[in-house]
Amino acid sequence: MSTHHLRATINGTVYEGDVEARLLLVHWIRDVLRLTGTHIGCDTTSCGACTIIVDGKATKSCTMFAVQADGREIMTVEGLEQDGKLHPLQEGFHEEHALQCGYCTPGMMMTSLAFLQHNLNPSEQEIRVAISGNLCRCTGYVNIVKAVRYAAQKMQATEQVPVSAGQGGE
Amino acid sequence: MIPDSFDYVSARSVAEAVTLLNKHGDEAKILAGGQSLIPLLRFRLAKPSVLIDINRVPNLDYIQEANGELHIGALTREAELDDSNLVRSRYPILFDTSTGVADPVVRNWATVGGNIAHADPANDHPATMIALGAHVVAIGPTGERVLDINDFFTDVPFETSLHSNEILTEIRVPAPTEHSGGAYFKLERKVGDYAIAGVAAYITLDSSGQVTFAGIGLTNVGPIPIKARNAEQSLLGKALDDASIHHAADLAAAASQPVSDTRGPAEYKRAMVRTLTVRALRKASARATGGK
Repeated sequence: MSTHHLRATINGTVYEGDVEARLLLVHWIRDVLRLTGTHIGCDTTSCGACTIIVDGKATKSCTMFAVQADGREIMTVEGLEQDGKLHPLQEGFHEEHALQCGYCTPGMMMTSLAFLQHNLNPSEQEIRVAISGNLCRCTGYVNIVKAVRYAAQKMQATEQVPVSAGQGGE
Repeated sequence: MIPDSFDYVSARSVAEAVTLLNKHGDEAKILAGGQSLIPLLRFRLAKPSVLIDINRVPNLDYIQEANGELHIGALTREAELDDSNLVRSRYPILFDTSTGVADPVVRNWATVGGNIAHADPANDHPATMIALGAHVVAIGPTGERVLDINDFFTDVPFETSLHSNEILTEIRVPAPTEHSGGAYFKLERKVGDYAIAGVAAYITLDSSGQVTFAGIGLTNVGPIPIKARNAEQSLLGKALDDASIHHAADLAAAASQPVSDTRGPAEYKRAMVRTLTVRALRKASARATGGK
């Protein structure tokens, strides 16, 4: 059994500590750092409730060890709101009534954010494929798709153009 | 669920990973995307004492054509195949396959090398690589070996012919010729599930439309990935018409060895192999003759 020193940036804040190799990233985030916005659902890499963004990629945090996150840039649902202002995705989920019990919501939003960062003008079908690894058991997919669309339009309007879109130049 | 304890080492080169494998042998497992291995560890179905993480090994993720082949670095993520224009335009069978693996979030980390090296008969790339007649590159302490995919999978489930001190580093797929085409069809209950059945077909035609190469691989209808040899043989020298396609599909169904489980009774799965083989051959034929 090995332990490792781990240092990762989460929502702009640097966190560090010693972890056992077998500690899953989701448990470090929730149980050690107490960032409980990220949920644990199925524990079988199926449901996506634990989805966070690691180095720009939507990631099921129950399927990565904490030690693997060393030096990486992480965003969790707590990183969406800025200065008391809801992120367009949060606003979209609110406006379109895209949640009932809310259990899948953090994962849905993080998957959607990583997706929108590469595609700000998605079709309904593209949204449905993008969130197909995230399960909602209240079966509110229709409104979730609407919420993601709402966010896409709002993000377009407010020009939250992602760096990765490669639109550089003067 | 919490995995049993293990030691963790992050290798920074293939050579370092090989040295660690050589030292720890069967006690060690390579951690690539982890999307199959970590669930196994959580269920304690696998209990390696050492995990060798290769995620920080540079130059192991690439998709490039060289020497009449497509070379795929073993650490290439499924999502990179999904997004590759080269794959989409020249190797649509690989696009069919990668986009059917698990779900888009899992595909951000899941690797092509892992999908093959794990040798799960339910994984999708093995059937496709069998159909393509792919080769894989293994590196061990004494150097490199290039293995035919048909020698890579053994008769034992989840077993490959990799030595315990070897690591899979690259997959090599033949580049398309003027009249070649392939397709992969997967029937699944829902996104993220393993296949009820899957069929990969790859064919090459001569200028008169006769089959000069046929490869057919089957997913999740037996204890190992299945090469439908009789079905392949039956197509050689023939035109791909309804009669030859249906005859090959019957032989592919006969080659399958499905068992009844939650995904359906064995007879149903065998029938699906027949149907999917027809569809895969028709699509392969359309692609070989310039269609989509």
